[in-house]
Amino acid sequence: MIAIEVKNLVKSYGSFNAVNDISFAVNRGEIFGLIGPNGAGKTTTLRILATLLQISSGEVKIFDRDLKHEADEIRKIISYLPEDAGAYKNLTGRAYLEFIAPFFGDGDKSSEIVRKGVEIANLGERINDKVETYSKGMTRRLLVARALMIEPKVAILDELTSGLDVLNSQEIRKLAKKTASEGTTILLSSHNMLEVELLCDRIALINNGKIVEIGTPDELKKRHNCNNIEDVFVKVVA
Amino acid sequence: MNSVTNIIKKEVKELLTPSTLIPIIIMAAIFGSLGNIIGGAGQEATKAPVIGIVDQDHSVLSEVASKTLDKSAKVVFTGSSVSEGLTALEKEDGIALIIIPSGFGERILSNKSGEYQILWIMKGTGLMDTISSSNVDLSLQLASASISKEIIDSHASVNSTIILNPTVKNETTIFKGKEMVGISPGLISGFMSQQAFVVPLIVLMVIIMAGSMVISSMGTEKENKTLETLLTLPVKRSSIVFGKLAGSAIVGLILAVIYMIGLGYYTSSISAGSPIDMAKYGLTLDAFDYILVGISLFLGLLSALALCMLLGIFAKNYKSAQTLTMPITLLAMIPMFAVMMLDFNTMPLIGQVLLFAIPFTHPMMAIRSLMFDDYTLVVGGIVYETIFAIATMAIAVWLFRKDILLTGRLTAGGKKQSWSPLWNAIQRMSRRK
Repeated sequence: MIAIEVKNLVKSYGSFNAVNDISFAVNRGEIFGLIGPNGAGKTTTLRILATLLQISSGEVKIFDRDLKHEADEIRKIISYLPEDAGAYKNLTGRAYLEFIAPFFGDGDKSSEIVRKGVEIANLGERINDKVETYSKGMTRRLLVARALMIEPKVAILDELTSGLDVLNSQEIRKLAKKTASEGTTILLSSHNMLEVELLCDRIALINNGKIVEIGTPDELKKRHNCNNIEDVFVKVVA
Repeated sequence: MNSVTNIIKKEVKELLTPSTLIPIIIMAAIFGSLGNIIGGAGQEATKAPVIGIVDQDHSVLSEVASKTLDKSAKVVFTGSSVSEGLTALEKEDGIALIIIPSGFGERILSNKSGEYQILWIMKGTGLMDTISSSNVDLSLQLASASISKEIIDSHASVNSTIILNPTVKNETTIFKGKEMVGISPGLISGFMSQQAFVVPLIVLMVIIMAGSMVISSMGTEKENKTLETLLTLPVKRSSIVFGKLAGSAIVGLILAVIYMIGLGYYTSSISAGSPIDMAKYGLTLDAFDYILVGISLFLGLLSALALCMLLGIFAKNYKSAQTLTMPITLLAMIPMFAVMMLDFNTMPLIGQVLLFAIPFTHPMMAIRSLMFDDYTLVVGGIVYETIFAIATMAIAVWLFRKDILLTGRLTAGGKKQSWSPLWNAIQRMSRRK
C-alpha cells in the first residue's frame, strides 16, 4: 500500500524553484531517505509534506488524503521532527510531552502517550528537569520521543540523529527501525550517508530541487559501481 | 483538554518565569520607594517647624507675634537668653531661634519696620532642610499679619479682616454643558491632569508589556523551531492564534498589575489629594462607566496583541522580535502624549481622525470622556476597537496558513521586492539581528 505519493511537486519562491517537479512514492512501513547537498530542496520537501509550506503545483497524497485540501486530516496521522529543533525551555521534559499528548487523545490515551514518550526519551529522572538544562543530545532524544510517542502513520524526520553521539545515534536508529516494523512509514533526510545506508529501505538523491536518483541502497551502489552510498552521492551530485 | 486551553497553559508557563517577574517587581518596588521618599518630603512640608522664641521687647506687638508663632510652630523655648535658647534648640532638634529685640513694637508704631533676628541651625542642604526653613518663613508671615491686624484693630473703625481682604470671588465654570458652581477652570484642569497622566501611562505599560510578550514568544518559537512542531499538530490555526494571544494577555496583565501597584503607590504618595469634592460636580464614574472603561481597555489590549502577532510573523528570531516591538511602542506613545497634553474635542479634525484610528487612544481617554458624559466618543471607540481587533486577528489567522509565517517574507532569496515600502521596511527590521 502506498503511504506517501508525490507527483510533479513544485515549490517556487518568485522565479526560484526550491523544489522542481519531483515525484516519488513511499510504501507503508518503509523507511525512505532523501539525501542531497545543502540547499538541494530536502527540507522544503519535508516541510511541504508536514503541511507547513504550500504547494506551488503538483500533488501530494498521504494515505489517500490530498495535502492541498485535507491538511487538517493529514496532521492527525503525521509527526514532524525539524532539524535542530528545540523544545519549550521553561517546561520540564515531562511537561513538554504532556503539552503535546492531549492533541492526540484525551484522558487515559493522553497519559499512555506520555508514558510511551518518557520511555522512548529514556532520560531517567532528568525527564522532570527543565529543558533549558538539557544537553543537545538530551533535547534531541526528547524531540524524537515527542515525534514517535503518538505512533504516527507517517513520521517525517529531518536529520534524525542531528546532535547525537555515536551511541545515542545507534539507539535512535534502532528505535526508528522498530517503529517502522510496527507499521509507521518513515520519511527522513540526512547528511549522514552511513546512517542512510543502514536505515533506509530506499533512498532518493536530490540536487537543485530535482530527484536525480532513486532506489534501494544496493541498487544504487550497483548502478554506479560504488562500494558505498557516499561514493554514489559524490558521483551523482558532482 | 481543549486545544486552546492547552496552548494558553503552555504560553503562561513559558512566559511567566522569574526572569520576567523579577525586573517588574523591582521596578514596582523602586516606584513605591520613590513615592515614600517624595511623600515623606510632602509630610515634612506640612509639619510644624521646631523653633525657640527670645522676646526681649515684651511689648503688646511682640506678644502678638509670639502667640502667632506658638500656634503655627512647635515652640520648644521661650525666654530672654539667647544661649539658653540655642541649647534648648540643640536638645530638641530645632531649626531656628527667633529673637524679638528690645524696641521692636515701638519701631513699628513709629512707622519703622520691626526687625526679627533669626539664628538658623542648618542641618543639611537636602530638600527637607529647605522645606523646614520655608515653614519658619511662613510662620513669620503669619506673625506679621497678626501684627497688622492688631494695629488696624486698635487704630481704625473698619474691621481688620475686611481691610486685609476687601473682596471675595464667587465663580462658576461652564464646561461641556455642565455648570459647576464654586470651582475654577484651574482646579478642574489640575484634577483632570492627574487622570490624564496616570491612565495613559498605565495603558501604555500594559500594551508594551503584553505586546512584547507576543512578539518575543513568536521570535523564540521560530528560533527554537517549536513553531514548526506546533503547526504540524492537529489543531486549528485560529486556536493557535487565540491561545497565544490569550496566554500573552494573561501574563501581560499580571505584569501590568504588579507595575500598576507600584505606580499607584507612587502617585498616591505624591498626590496631595484634590482640594475639592469632585463628586459634587458629577466628575466621577458610576459602575456602568467603569464597565465601559474595562471593555475599552480589554479591546485596546486585544488590538495591540493582534497587531503584535502580525509583526511577530515577520520575526526571524528572539533578537529581531525585540526590534519589532518598536512600532507598537511608538504607536502607543502618540496617543499617550496627545491625551496628556490636549483635549480630543478641541483638536483639529485631522488630529482627531488620526487619534481615533489608533486603537490605544480609546482606553487612554475613556475616563475623561465619561466624566463629562461623552458616551458617543467612548461607545464609538469601543465599536472601532472591536472592528480593528477582529480584522487584525483575522489577518493573523490568515497569515498563519501562509508560508510567510516560516519564511518571514513573501519572496525568497531577496530576488523580488514587495510592492509596499512599508512592507519592505518591516521585513528589513525583522531581518536585522
